[in-house]
Amino acid sequence: MAVTIHDVRHVAALARLGLTDERAASLVQEMNTILAHMDALSAVDTTGVDAVAGVGAGGLPVRADKGPPLPLTRSLDAFAPSVRDGFILVPRLSTHDTAEES
Amino acid sequence: MSGPAHGAGALREHTHRGALAASDTVASALERADEVNAGRDGLNIFVSLDEKHLRRHAEACSGFMAHAEPAPLLGVPVAIKDNIASLHHPTTCGSRILAGYRSPYEATVVRRLRAAGAIPFGKTNMDEFAMGSSTEHSAYGPTRNPVAPDRVPGGSSGGSAAAVAAGIVPVALGSETGGSVRQPAAFCGIVGVKPTYGRVSRFGLVAFASSLDQVGVFGATVDDAARTLGVIAGRDPLDSTSADLPVPDYHRATDGAIRGLVIGRPKEYFPESLDPRVRQRCDAALEKLRELGAEIRDVSLPHTELAIPVYYIVAPAEASSNLARFDGVRYGLRMEGDGLRGMYEATRSRGFGPEVTRRIMIGTYVLSAGYYDAYYRKAQQVRTLITGDFARVFASGVDVLFTPTTPTTAFPIGAISDPYEMYLSDIFTATANLAGVPAMSQPIGRVDGLPVGGQFIAPHFGEESMFTFAYALERALGDEARS
Repeated sequence: MAVTIHDVRHVAALARLGLTDERAASLVQEMNTILAHMDALSAVDTTGVDAVAGVGAGGLPVRADKGPPLPLTRSLDAFAPSVRDGFILVPRLSTHDTAEES
Repeated sequence: MSGPAHGAGALREHTHRGALAASDTVASALERADEVNAGRDGLNIFVSLDEKHLRRHAEACSGFMAHAEPAPLLGVPVAIKDNIASLHHPTTCGSRILAGYRSPYEATVVRRLRAAGAIPFGKTNMDEFAMGSSTEHSAYGPTRNPVAPDRVPGGSSGGSAAAVAAGIVPVALGSETGGSVRQPAAFCGIVGVKPTYGRVSRFGLVAFASSLDQVGVFGATVDDAARTLGVIAGRDPLDSTSADLPVPDYHRATDGAIRGLVIGRPKEYFPESLDPRVRQRCDAALEKLRELGAEIRDVSLPHTELAIPVYYIVAPAEASSNLARFDGVRYGLRMEGDGLRGMYEATRSRGFGPEVTRRIMIGTYVLSAGYYDAYYRKAQQVRTLITGDFARVFASGVDVLFTPTTPTTAFPIGAISDPYEMYLSDIFTATANLAGVPAMSQPIGRVDGLPVGGQFIAPHFGEESMFTFAYALERALGDEARS
């Protein structure tokens, strides 16, 4: 299952990573070298073996789906760049300058 | 040399008696930090150190003085790895993408340290997002090993290990995903503990690989590490993966005897390729344990050699998901690009270093359609087999395992450029993370002046007996451990 430059470009797009042509080419080689070592796993007989769902005797518990358990130690105004009606306002994209104020 | 002359226990006693002011302890530690950071071979241990807040924390210790019983870590300065959230320093994970980021909340482990009278002492350098085994992959440049400044301190918690080894602080916090506390502890000649998965709250620890991550502790001695783990361990309602089990007095495990207990010597951790001098040090340590009355039993953990392939599929896969949140909208760095996708891609490619980029790529690849079953699912199945190896050995009557922590001593800065060769540094440590069992490294001697670490591995939540063995070995080796 050799990794191709097409694979690297596809995966980089999935991972939201911008790559130069030079970096993409080096990643083809790096990923193939690393994944070649992973091929050792294909020789292991795992028939009937469960994939790990969690470690430890208790597995991975989930907490009750309630509201936030603790108030913030500082108010939103103290660390968020901008706040309105209790929501954090994120910076506008420069390419969206013409977008209507909301 | 300045810096704390005492371990955590003695600092606590002296501070409580009034023989030592916490402000003097802090001043001395700051002086030592400056001393080792000076010059061309400066160790580059701290990425942020705020003297004003440190002195304020020291003053807060006076609030504990009226207590009849001294707080568990009264007056003890504790260095904090830069991926653990604290209120008065930035939390950057050694990454450009989080440059200047200040957390709006504090990690539970830091809160517990403060409640125990400890003084959080600055943030330490690390491999970016804890991905590395040498502390060379940091946006702040490499940290040097205090024992041999031309060598790496190990990683990813290399700054915390170096802070203890350089005598700045007696204890420090690190984090473990595949050996990031034990490996640097071995390279720097100190004690490093990775607790059982679930033993310590991870609330406020920046996530790397959530089925593996755990906060760990460094100590100059076994006692320092045991006292600190006792403070930070225990159930935390803010971390649903933290276990609701009582926390023993780990530092009292010093009283325990090991006569009649069984130590397993797994043959897979002593391969023919192992540096013969590392093997000799391990065998000498085992002989000391035998003289103390322990039975040494040869055992086998047959899937050990698969740990690195499994780890380097599972950890990058989880990292690729966890690090998706760093997108230029909510945290730190933001680069302009063409539209929203362009901004994401520009920010992430500029903000992440080469090793983090490589792991995100590998992780995304093994989770992508067509490769999931061959890589990720297969790795999780083999992980079950590795976990089963430990379960079988411990069920057969073995109390703890003893192994070398690393196959070699600390290597020179810049010596390893092949990523997979670097990954092999974790070959004896990653198994414990995959299985979730506790493990620790302690110094057992030196080779050519460089420290060698010996590793104990115990069953789930077996930290107390692990410390009993570690105390016994530390006492038996005496000065040999550091010579």
